[in-house]
Amino acid sequence: MSMLKLEDVSMWFGGVAALKNFNLEVSQGEIVGLIGPNGAGKTTVFNIITGVYKPSRGKVYFLDREITGLRPDLITKAGIARTFQNIRLFKGLSVMENVLIAHHLHLKANYLEAILKLPGYRREERRMREESLALLERVGLADLRNERASALSYGMQRRLEIARALATNPKLLLLDEPAAGMNPKEAEDLTEFIKELRTEFDLSILLIEHHMDVVLNISKRIYVLDYGVMIASGRPEEVQNNQRVIEAYLGVNEDAED
Amino acid sequence: MAFDLFLQHLSNGISLGSLYALIAIGYTMVYGILRLINFAHGDIFMMATYFAFFGIVTFHIPWYITFPLVLVLTAALGIGVEATAYRPLREAPKISILISAIGASFFLENLTIVLFGGVPKPFPAPKLFTDVVQVGSVSIQKLTFYIPVVTVISLLGLVYLINKTKTGMAMRAVSMDQETARVMGININHTIAFTFGLGSFLAAVGGIMWGMKFPQIQPLMGVIPGLKCFIAAVIGGIGNIGGAVIGGFILGIGEIMLVAFLPNLTGYRDAFAFILLILILLYKPTGILGEKTAEKV
Repeated sequence: MSMLKLEDVSMWFGGVAALKNFNLEVSQGEIVGLIGPNGAGKTTVFNIITGVYKPSRGKVYFLDREITGLRPDLITKAGIARTFQNIRLFKGLSVMENVLIAHHLHLKANYLEAILKLPGYRREERRMREESLALLERVGLADLRNERASALSYGMQRRLEIARALATNPKLLLLDEPAAGMNPKEAEDLTEFIKELRTEFDLSILLIEHHMDVVLNISKRIYVLDYGVMIASGRPEEVQNNQRVIEAYLGVNEDAED
Repeated sequence: MAFDLFLQHLSNGISLGSLYALIAIGYTMVYGILRLINFAHGDIFMMATYFAFFGIVTFHIPWYITFPLVLVLTAALGIGVEATAYRPLREAPKISILISAIGASFFLENLTIVLFGGVPKPFPAPKLFTDVVQVGSVSIQKLTFYIPVVTVISLLGLVYLINKTKTGMAMRAVSMDQETARVMGININHTIAFTFGLGSFLAAVGGIMWGMKFPQIQPLMGVIPGLKCFIAAVIGGIGNIGGAVIGGFILGIGEIMLVAFLPNLTGYRDAFAFILLILILLYKPTGILGEKTAEKV
């Protein structure tokens, strides 16, 4: 089943094309990588999928339903969650609150019920707290639930972002450079963690990543963007050996590292 | 004797400060969530007193039904102002929405003049609140005691709502990072509308008590209190609710004490607030509880 489908999506900012006629598909249960040099338009793709940007042209389908230009909160409600490249937690809220807020949209109780504390509301709230705590336990942050999010270490903040995204109960998870700033060992652990999450939460995952080990290891298929244009796509080993990709991205990157 | 007098001034200052605090919260909450100075807030406060006037005088509804009704109507008015004057400009440059706020303020003032006339009306204060009690050698209106009590109850309710309910959590999240809040499934429009409703509700609580304390209402009565409460919010650190309360009390008590101890400066009563504003902007522009915010590039 097609989870996510982008059809001929283009995005202009003023006269600059950030994305040109981009096509992408993620199937049920798949982990798909999206790579490309800085400024290639990867995060623009995420912003279009989550409704932060409305594409200049083209269509976005989620579970075969068109969601182009839908409001971000409704897209989240439909089952797409994301993390951010530059961690964007609610820094002034506690760890627990960051997860609770994402659960927010599943609460059905209205203001009146909340004020009167009717039994239905209490039950719902208790369930929400239990689920949030379970998520925090899953990412190993349960003990820190009353800390401010800003007090967490960088790696913990990344995990909290993932927990917060999972709290919206997504079918599709978008991860924007989850391994950014991690050393090879941490990146490897993260790769395993993401694989586990996919099975546990029955997720499809679209992933932007610069760590090549992570992307090649984890992705079933990879799309490569350069200056807003898709220059290659396919299985990891195909992409890895694609001449244009090596020129645009991998080659340069490896030279720089050597 | 002098001490009695001081106590009387103090209680007056506290009750005036309470009213300022209630109104200042509306400014600070809207600023926190939209980075907008809602210039129409003082006029929403004014409308609350008119609602009370019509409820009690025109429709002869008992005060204990009128007042809750006024709170609801004023909250609805605040939500209406947001939906018509601000929401359509959400994506527009900040200056456009600021101009729209000034426009909304003028609109409400002039609408009131056209509909209800510019002649001041007496506020129908229930006798229960305006009775005078004798404390030692000073006589104090019962209202002077009720105002701080009602204010404290309102503030406790507000603190509970903001810290313990999901809507409060959404408000805090939206004020920290609107875009991320949206991606987490929070309906921004509902949250912002709720914030305006809540701020206007508190302004109505303040307005009703203001009407009883200064029982004359007219269409421009919201202008000066509105400005002063905006100043109170700035003094406390705009965007910070605790700051707005502190700013309100500093302004209220300061104003009364100035008049009490330097009676020949009485004419400068209103200037006091503005001088304080200038000093704060010169020496601590972020306000008493305001945090330094790094400019985002």
